[in-house]
Amino acid sequence: MAPRLIFTLMNINIDTNLLLSLIVGVFVGSASAYIGSIMVLKRLALVGDALSHVALPGIGIALTFNLNPFLGAFTALAIAIVIIWQIQTRTGLPTEALVGLLFTVSLAIGILITPEPELLEALFGDISKVVALDAVLAMIFSLVIFTVIYRLRNALVLDLISSDLAKSQRINTAKLNLIFLALVAIVVALGVKVVGTLLMGSLVIIPAVASKNLTRNLRSYGVVSACFGAMSAVGGIILANGLQLPPGPMVVLVSAALFIISLFFRSR
Amino acid sequence: MQSVLRVKDVSVYFNNKAVIEKLSFELNKGEVMAVVGPNGAGKTVLFRALLGLVPYDGEIQWLDNAKIGYVPQKLAIERDLPLNVIEFLQFKGASLNEIHESLHSVGLNHHSLGDTRMGQLSGGELQRVLIAYALINHPDILLFDEPTAGVDIGGEETIYSLIEKLHTKIGLTVLLITHDLNIIYRYAAKVLCLNKSKICYGSPREALNPEVLESLYGAKVNIYPHEHKH
Repeated sequence: MAPRLIFTLMNINIDTNLLLSLIVGVFVGSASAYIGSIMVLKRLALVGDALSHVALPGIGIALTFNLNPFLGAFTALAIAIVIIWQIQTRTGLPTEALVGLLFTVSLAIGILITPEPELLEALFGDISKVVALDAVLAMIFSLVIFTVIYRLRNALVLDLISSDLAKSQRINTAKLNLIFLALVAIVVALGVKVVGTLLMGSLVIIPAVASKNLTRNLRSYGVVSACFGAMSAVGGIILANGLQLPPGPMVVLVSAALFIISLFFRSR
Repeated sequence: MQSVLRVKDVSVYFNNKAVIEKLSFELNKGEVMAVVGPNGAGKTVLFRALLGLVPYDGEIQWLDNAKIGYVPQKLAIERDLPLNVIEFLQFKGASLNEIHESLHSVGLNHHSLGDTRMGQLSGGELQRVLIAYALINHPDILLFDEPTAGVDIGGEETIYSLIEKLHTKIGLTVLLITHDLNIIYRYAAKVLCLNKSKICYGSPREALNPEVLESLYGAKVNIYPHEHKH
């Protein structure tokens, strides 16, 4: 009742499509912010951002062969995370430069092979085009991400504080990080639908850093991150709908606004 | 005396270069043993081998069912990491009661410190929390990697008296890495001088002679062993 009233007051047409995109937004926004909260601590935030660019050639190939773009994005991401994981565990090399190279190259290839009409959508997302299947996929995968990250969170944070301490507790840190990266790949593949490959980084990074300003313990940090993620997605989608603007950039701007507000309440 | 750890001909290689070579020693139950050596001598690597974190040649044999607590070298924790002391201690899978108990045993109070972020603890407090972490499963042996790195001078004293207290009260066996020769004279029954291979081994007063220290640190080291004041 209440939301419908607010929508009416704000003069927004509530239709099935908007409702579907709001459902996808809530789930994907909160799940990516939740996993993003760990990525920010692990200093993997920019890897996640760069990783999202890999989705583009995957989407391009999928569209060319008339396959589900989510599937294409996920496959490309899965390959990319295996490469990152190998770099991390085998060589111990600084991943930064290599990751930068790999991902700008895939962005370049993606731009060349993605059909022109779909290119803009793949780059900046278009949540208004979601169908019921997307919503179901978003729900299932988001719940998987919440459950697994919740259970692995302690091990992941212990590993980032001291890898030796984690290993001395018989935690298989290599396996742990592979699972984590796989979940990152899933969340990125989901988020591409909402904000597109170029802006996906914001969905994992911004709610988490805003939450980090406000919270002092791990539990509330995760919860507040997820809430900020959901609020950014919902706020951005509604504003975009009302103002007739593309939703992806609006979602990013709403999360940025939350971040700026959080700066004033920063707990030292 | 029962031995809790037997190390025989252990070598550790990184990129085909020996970091530790043919090292053998023994640690007896209830003993405090210090490992001393210059930077890069392989002390931390030795600990990592003992914990099974790096591959090694040779034999490392712990007493059956020995529970090992590990206190790593001072950790660099970001000041604004959203993780409080209680949450950190929960990483060991302990109940709140056990956590309060282990904080108490290192002289900390969960009321005043439980909600404090890990990154905002002082050097001495952080070291105590790490010791509390190691104590949670009631270990038989504690491995300390430079317990007082990053702790101010007053704090150093209390960390060592804490280790001493744990040693005498609970009968913990302690293996610790330290640079501080005075600490070795005061607390350790045995010392192992390490510089890739074993340079000395035995009771500190016998093992740590000027020649050994010179070959260990490559320069003359003046030592003034303190007399026990107990």
